[in-house]
Amino acid sequence: MYLWFNKLGSPPHFYRIAGKWLPWLSAVFALLLITGLYGGLVYAPTDYQQGESFRIIYIHVPAAWMSLFVYVVMAFCGVVIIVWRMKLAEVVLISSAPIGASFTFLALATGSLWGKPMWGTWWVWDARLTSELILLFLYLGVIGLHSAIDDKRIASRAVAILAIVGVVNIPIIHYSVEWWNSLHQGPTVTKFDKPSIDMRMLIPLLIMALSFQIYYVIALFQSSRAELLRRERNSKWVAELSGGN
Amino acid sequence: MSEFLNMGGYAVYVWSSYGLAALILWLNWYLPRRQHQQLLQQNKRRHHGTGE
Repeated sequence: MYLWFNKLGSPPHFYRIAGKWLPWLSAVFALLLITGLYGGLVYAPTDYQQGESFRIIYIHVPAAWMSLFVYVVMAFCGVVIIVWRMKLAEVVLISSAPIGASFTFLALATGSLWGKPMWGTWWVWDARLTSELILLFLYLGVIGLHSAIDDKRIASRAVAILAIVGVVNIPIIHYSVEWWNSLHQGPTVTKFDKPSIDMRMLIPLLIMALSFQIYYVIALFQSSRAELLRRERNSKWVAELSGGN
Repeated sequence: MSEFLNMGGYAVYVWSSYGLAALILWLNWYLPRRQHQQLLQQNKRRHHGTGE
């Protein structure tokens, strides 16, 4: 296990594996996306309260889930950076930040587009929306801090600490709709009893969520490979990469 | 078909959500990919330039 971890953590190994996996992941993603879109836009029945506008859920909820998930990945990388100073964790952390920021922005924007026809407003300063906005600022903070420090090893340690500290926001976002009164509806899927959503609506949602998850891995591999090349441009394996074939 | 596109009168909200998602996901895929290719090319030039 440790050996495997050690091997995967080596930049050239990860670079190669990620490159090999990308086409397969892309194929799975495309398949899931097409199925999920068909399920969400065509197969799922119209909501009896919200009409067709509820179909925004198939973008909004997966994006919101991913905005939390990516942050947790970053915080985990933060711990690995502080404890083991693992180079790959540094790359994964900083490569995740723009993707996470994108998911967060997408969740907020589609939330607005959903809120306008349903709540009659683009935005309210309630706990769920505000904590999600703070999440966006945390992502932007990570990106900004990393680019402000020239020595990338030091920059990585700085953003690791920021990522770890910011993780307190994650449970706040998740429980915000239960702890505070809100215009935002309560959880319909992640409840311990049966989800209060029709199966024909739920299944496309789960497929879309899975496709977003795989999309994250694709985007992460893509930008990690670029970041690895940039950081390791003077190393032997990168030289061999361009000279070897 | 036009009924589908109309989304029960919510077309603007639904389709701008999906459009925005498509744009953002595409950007996150395309930009790192382009950067990666540029880096590979720079590397090639660098290593060939030094006569390796």
